[in-house]
Amino acid sequence: MQLSRDELLKAYRTMAAARHFEESVFENFSDGKIPGFVHLSAGQEATAAGVYMSLDERDWIATTHRAHGQCIARGLDLQETMDEIYGATTGVCGGKGGSMHIADIEKGMLGANGIIGATGPLAVGAGLSARAKGDDGVAVAFYGDGGSNQGLIFEAYNMANIWKLPVIFICEDNGYAEATPSSYSVAGSQVARANGFGMPGVEVDGFDFFAVHDAMREAVERARNGEGPSLIHIKTARFYGHFVGDAQTYRGDGEIDKLRAEKDCLNLFR
Amino acid sequence: MKSYRAAINEAMAGEMRRDASVIVMGEDVSGGTGAPGEDDAWGGPLGVTKGLYTEFGSSRVLDTPIAEGGFIGAAAGAAVTGMRPIVDLMFVDFLGVCFDAIYNQAGKFRYMFGGKAETPLVVRTMYGAGLRAASQHSQTLYSLFTHVPGVKVVVPSNPYDAKGLMIQSIRDNDPVVFFEHKAMYDDEGDVPDEAYTVPFGEANVVREGDDVTIVAIGKMVHLATQAADNLANEGISCTVIDPRTLSPLDDETILEEVEATGRLVVVDESHPRCSMAADISSIVAQQAFKSLKAAIEKVTAPHCPVPFAPELEDLYIPKVEDVEAAVRRTMA
Ligand SMILES: Cc1ncc(C[n+]2csc(CCOP(=O)(O)OP(=O)(O)O)c2C)c(N)n1
Ligand SMILES: [Mg+2]
Repeated sequence: MQLSRDELLKAYRTMAAARHFEESVFENFSDGKIPGFVHLSAGQEATAAGVYMSLDERDWIATTHRAHGQCIARGLDLQETMDEIYGATTGVCGGKGGSMHIADIEKGMLGANGIIGATGPLAVGAGLSARAKGDDGVAVAFYGDGGSNQGLIFEAYNMANIWKLPVIFICEDNGYAEATPSSYSVAGSQVARANGFGMPGVEVDGFDFFAVHDAMREAVERARNGEGPSLIHIKTARFYGHFVGDAQTYRGDGEIDKLRAEKDCLNLFR
Repeated sequence: MKSYRAAINEAMAGEMRRDASVIVMGEDVSGGTGAPGEDDAWGGPLGVTKGLYTEFGSSRVLDTPIAEGGFIGAAAGAAVTGMRPIVDLMFVDFLGVCFDAIYNQAGKFRYMFGGKAETPLVVRTMYGAGLRAASQHSQTLYSLFTHVPGVKVVVPSNPYDAKGLMIQSIRDNDPVVFFEHKAMYDDEGDVPDEAYTVPFGEANVVREGDDVTIVAIGKMVHLATQAADNLANEGISCTVIDPRTLSPLDDETILEEVEATGRLVVVDESHPRCSMAADISSIVAQQAFKSLKAAIEKVTAPHCPVPFAPELEDLYIPKVEDVEAAVRRTMA
């Protein structure tokens, strides 16, 4: 899929902004300046950039606890997003939600979510709204490899398919759910699971912005044309722990160094 | 001295050694099963099950997929067919995705099966605010379980009770929901090395006084005793009761103590509506009405989700001064 120079710049800037944002959150959290828990998505920026580029104002997104980069990709105000993470009144949710619940309904962002699996059904509902409105809007549900095992996700697959709704399921597989590897927790394959419900599914390299972007563009086209839901299984990895402070002893020796050296989506993009 | 965390861990390990039917299930209770690095890397979300996997292995300590409806349902099925599962519902806020397994299945088998079934299931879960964990990871939802006949509800306030109540919970033949305050794991106390049980339905009278009875639950017990200390300097003498189990509830002890003092303050970290504070107040209002010298006071969180912003969360959680003020109101 050919992208214009402007689009390419936009994609890179989104990923770079997300990376800088996360690194700043990491530092400030480590210095004790940010309250609570933060889940960083550094390493997974190609998902945010690649998925959101095909979306516009009509569309709805329900996403996970690991969503700082996605908020940036959706065009939430950077300062308001950061302020929310600090719990400030100037945050996008007035400090009521924090990192785990950043949302901006005016921008179609139904938020990060603290309940694993909750996003699937929410996107089905947004798909119903979009169809009723008749504006060809689509709804996107994000969940992790861990979240993909929650029954709610399968219930959402089924509903979206019997009603042929404009829903796109994004399984953002970073290899782990907390300390549990997806190789242990997931039976079958994500694509086969989708196919079992009668919907197309595709597995893509999540370090490659272009692969994510192309798969998403196709899924959005299908959804806008009334051809129903699809699934994209994005294989990626996180550079940090489950949350900041996770000792990560479950990871292999040199795993993260190797990722940073060989699988950095920013380097691979250039 | 042992921590609240160590006390619970010791109780589980001891019972697992004693009884091969005791198993542990939950997300990351080992944390690292099948991973390239360490097994037992997490040992539970806040390290409470650490070491169990190493000692008992993967057939008795099962990392589960994120599927609470599934694995707590499976634990109910295992319990009614001969196992004694201890299952981890990480944060009680997640009950929405698995409540059925607890209240329609495990909680009703004994009754619906004509008294012929036993379901020795323990659901461990974290509750409480104060960690800046925001609206979906900070709630105090024990009253929802207490509402349901057939489910026992346990809320230990200190390491000694935590160990004794955990052992009792594992040995009990009914489903028990065991509430651990996430901000109490490092609290220390005297905990004997040997196994012992703390019976259900027996409140702990933490201190005896003449003027006001304070009933406080879980972490709030510490607020109540601190308030009682401060009020003693003003010449107000308080009884403090820790019910320890909410279902069954030792209403007898509560009523006796209120009859002696004539005044009641209930301290509950939960929301006020349909709460334990409301429940205990109504029992006392109905059954000890004649001995009341003042209106019952409740100290609770507001009827509002738990906010993220630290300043707001601090306002949200009941404070020692709130307890003192409530006690003074009953004396006015
Ligand atoms: C219903 C529910 N169960 C458990 C949790 C605790 N929890 C938070 S994040 C997480 C792991 C999620 O893994 P995955 O879906 O792969 O997303 P990732 O964190 O890797 O982005 C778990 C178990 C939760 N928030 N909600
Ligand atoms: Mg994951």
